[in-house]
Amino acid sequence: MPRVSVQTADFDLAAEVAALRAGDLDVGAVTSFVGTVRAGSEGRAVRAMELEHYPGMTERAIEAMIDRAFERFSIRGARVIHRVGVLHPGDQIVMVAVTSSHRGEAFQACEFLMDYLKTQAPFWKKETTPDGQARWVDARVADDEALRRWGIAAGNAAP
Amino acid sequence: MTITVRYFASLREALGPSETLALEVPTTLGALRDRLIASSAAHAAALGRGRAVRAALDQAIADESTTIADGAEVAFFPPVTGG
Repeated sequence: MPRVSVQTADFDLAAEVAALRAGDLDVGAVTSFVGTVRAGSEGRAVRAMELEHYPGMTERAIEAMIDRAFERFSIRGARVIHRVGVLHPGDQIVMVAVTSSHRGEAFQACEFLMDYLKTQAPFWKKETTPDGQARWVDARVADDEALRRWGIAAGNAAP
Repeated sequence: MTITVRYFASLREALGPSETLALEVPTTLGALRDRLIASSAAHAAALGRGRAVRAALDQAIADESTTIADGAEVAFFPPVTGG
């Protein structure tokens, strides 16, 4: 099973978790995060969201993040799926799942991977409102600060 | 030397998905950006120094002091917004 998938298709969290921990009886903890499309963003209604990526670089960047998670935390497995293309409110966008022997490392590694992904993986979101207006989503300084908590400098949202 | 420059998101909409450039001498990502800014009004608007632009060299994030080799794949794009 690949560690990283960038795909248009939806995903099944339960099936992914089952596959991730299959055959590893030293796993005692599984954490996961799923990000979904909100119906509103910064006070504006969202009808659709289109996600673009940099084929090749995106997958390599996430692979490198997973390597760093393995270096930092005592984890046994990790899986990241990120969707691209046109999505709608309620749709799943991203999934991170981590297995470890104990819960602390699994919780931390899952959050670390999401914080990393938000500011370092080449994806771009474009929102369309119900009246057809489209706009590229702005990067958030708060996401850089989230990664900084792990001791990693991030200036993605800097001017 | 010949390099490929790729654009993503709002920069792709403004400048197209990619262009191929012939360079006489080795250069850095920052110098390449300046050269592109000088090449057209559209480039100046999209890549101008007042804009938040990130760069990658051969599919890894790189800062503007990085030297570009022959055959390189350079990319310019806005701050990322995945997840």
